[in-house]
Amino acid sequence: MAEPWEEEEGPVKKFMFVNRKAPYGTIYALESLEVVLISAAFDQDVSLVFMDDGVYQIKKGQDSKGIGMKNFSPTYRALEGYDIEKLFVEKESMESRGLTAEDMIVPVEILSKDELTSLMEEQDVILTF
Amino acid sequence: MKLALLVNEGPYQHQAADSALQFVKAAVAKGHEIFRVFFYHDGVNNGTRFAVPPQDDRNITVEWSKLAEEHKIDLVVCIAAAQRRGILDENEAKRQGKSGDNIAPGFRISGLGQLIEAGIQAERLVVFGD
Amino acid sequence: MAMLHTVNKSPFEKRSLDGALSHAVNGAAILMIEDGIYGALKGTAISGKIEKSLATLKVYVLGPDLKARGMTEDQVIDGVTVVDYAGFVDLVTEYDKVQAWL
Repeated sequence: MAEPWEEEEGPVKKFMFVNRKAPYGTIYALESLEVVLISAAFDQDVSLVFMDDGVYQIKKGQDSKGIGMKNFSPTYRALEGYDIEKLFVEKESMESRGLTAEDMIVPVEILSKDELTSLMEEQDVILTF
Repeated sequence: MKLALLVNEGPYQHQAADSALQFVKAAVAKGHEIFRVFFYHDGVNNGTRFAVPPQDDRNITVEWSKLAEEHKIDLVVCIAAAQRRGILDENEAKRQGKSGDNIAPGFRISGLGQLIEAGIQAERLVVFGD
Repeated sequence: MAMLHTVNKSPFEKRSLDGALSHAVNGAAILMIEDGIYGALKGTAISGKIEKSLATLKVYVLGPDLKARGMTEDQVIDGVTVVDYAGFVDLVTEYDKVQAWL
């Protein structure tokens, strides 16, 4: 809960960032994370969704040294420090890929497809990468 | 209505930029306001004036520049994505010690905050990508 | 009004259409654009899925993308509406928000 002195003027919208792509193979996961970090400065109601191959973005134990690319997965753990605390993983996407909540690098809330669908309907802006 | 667009792919490789262009033209013709078009990921490549497509092909960057001029549309290229891909305006070229800039007329380079602001200010945000 | 879901991938290659269909609530709309238009055609392996979805969803396909790919309006599944870019703009304004299934 925001303290009274933290309350800002101006509109607050519900932003949802939907991540559906695996990391490293393309740049979408990394650059999407950059948008999420910037969004923290705007005091909006931000949530992140990992679904389809997007669940691979937060797989534990990533080590990208061998491919010469930066491992950006620790940044997901830093999101909490930016007050971005609504991280959701779609249960069906996770389970069909043989993953469990224990495989995730950061605490997430697991939502069923139907729960996620309802949450999407509540949003004002949905950004898909 | 006040609309904003996010374009995530460069021109020619993927249809996203063409679709976005056609959408903007149709929206303007209907009297809607385009609050901003934000170019991200490879979408920043829409903003280089150095591209020289064949004469019998459409020039997507020139079409964006024309729309910007005729309808005062704010075309914003993400600075972080642009730097990675070599899209520079005069200031950035100087700051980075590069010999020239390549940003096309009507485009400006700015931060990702401009995308979030577009999401806040516009009534709809439409994403074009791959 | 519920959400407008845009789909720009062929359903025979990517899961974008499945994603949109399975996350669209009653009263939502799906608009197929670019390579997504292949999902709107009669007599394909997925036609039945689209026909079934018409009970709860509105389904649209972008005419210029259809024509560009050599498809005609009479090849489109009955109940799927063909729109032009002006119609695309109208859908964006009529529905509360837009989600792109890329």
